[in-house]
Amino acid sequence: MKLPPFQLLLERHSGEIYRFLAASLGPLDAEDAFQETFVSALRFYPKLRDDANLRAWLFQIAHRKALDAHRARARAPLPVEQVPEPAAEPAVGGEREPALWRAVRRLPDKQRTAVFLRFAADLDYAQIGAALDCSEPAARQNVRAGLATIRKGWARA
Amino acid sequence: MHERVNRMLERAEAEGLVDVAYAETDTPVGRLLVAATPRGLVRVSFRGEPADQVLAELSERISPRVLLVPAKLDEVRRELDQYFEGRRRRFELPLDWALTSSEFRRRVLERTAEVPYGETISYRDAAAAAGNERAVRAAGTALGANPIPIVVPCHRVLRTGGELGGYGGGLEAKRYLLDLEAGRLTV
Repeated sequence: MKLPPFQLLLERHSGEIYRFLAASLGPLDAEDAFQETFVSALRFYPKLRDDANLRAWLFQIAHRKALDAHRARARAPLPVEQVPEPAAEPAVGGEREPALWRAVRRLPDKQRTAVFLRFAADLDYAQIGAALDCSEPAARQNVRAGLATIRKGWARA
Repeated sequence: MHERVNRMLERAEAEGLVDVAYAETDTPVGRLLVAATPRGLVRVSFRGEPADQVLAELSERISPRVLLVPAKLDEVRRELDQYFEGRRRRFELPLDWALTSSEFRRRVLERTAEVPYGETISYRDAAAAAGNERAVRAAGTALGANPIPIVVPCHRVLRTGGELGGYGGGLEAKRYLLDLEAGRLTV
């Protein structure tokens, strides 16, 4: 198996993996999840059989680490989680709108990750399917369902 | 991002997940890429060889866990600096011969590593030292494929009659190293 040097993966994808984790978990937990993601990717890297989609593979690991973090939070909610979030700030010049991301964060696991992978990481549906271990149509369906839920919440607000 | 990646690398190192660490270092013969495994220095390459090719080769032949961890090469860089400043005549670095699979080639390179600073031998001498005086051409190939130039001083091997012969880092570099060791440079 001809795999590129791991350094290349790190250089190409560490930025977007961090952004994905920060969007999914918030900056604090994203730090840990980032370390977890790349250390475990490095651990399994030589055993990979397929180098066709290394980017989706990394997002798959990041997704699992994000799930672990979400689960850990659910088990032991930190006090900081109980602080009411400030009111939505208006989007500035096309920058990411925090309130919208918060809405995404409240989606069920698969939908949330699918939406993040599509819009924060810019993966196509085949890659999202690879990262989520589901088919391409299922990936598309998860994104669509997630967006519908957010739209509903948005309309109500 | 830099800090974040460094923290990750520290952890990877602590868990023994860095199989090949590399760094770059500036010298009078140009920027060198140096790479080491836990066993020792495994590769030195000159600027003429594109770094991405060198790293791809390390990834394929040793392990794809190839990472930029300059701290792992501190001792290598220190000894190279001293050598180029004329303060070191002998390298004391452990070597990893993983990139030299042929036994004959390895013997040629190991014998070459014993040629003292400032002295030279011929390709024929190198072949003879490796146990086959007639394998001059094969010895030349072995030296040309030296994965650890400078530290394994293939620049000390010349054509019979004193002509420079070849050099992976370019003849100018070979001449520079020979001049340095002969004290013909003011350093």
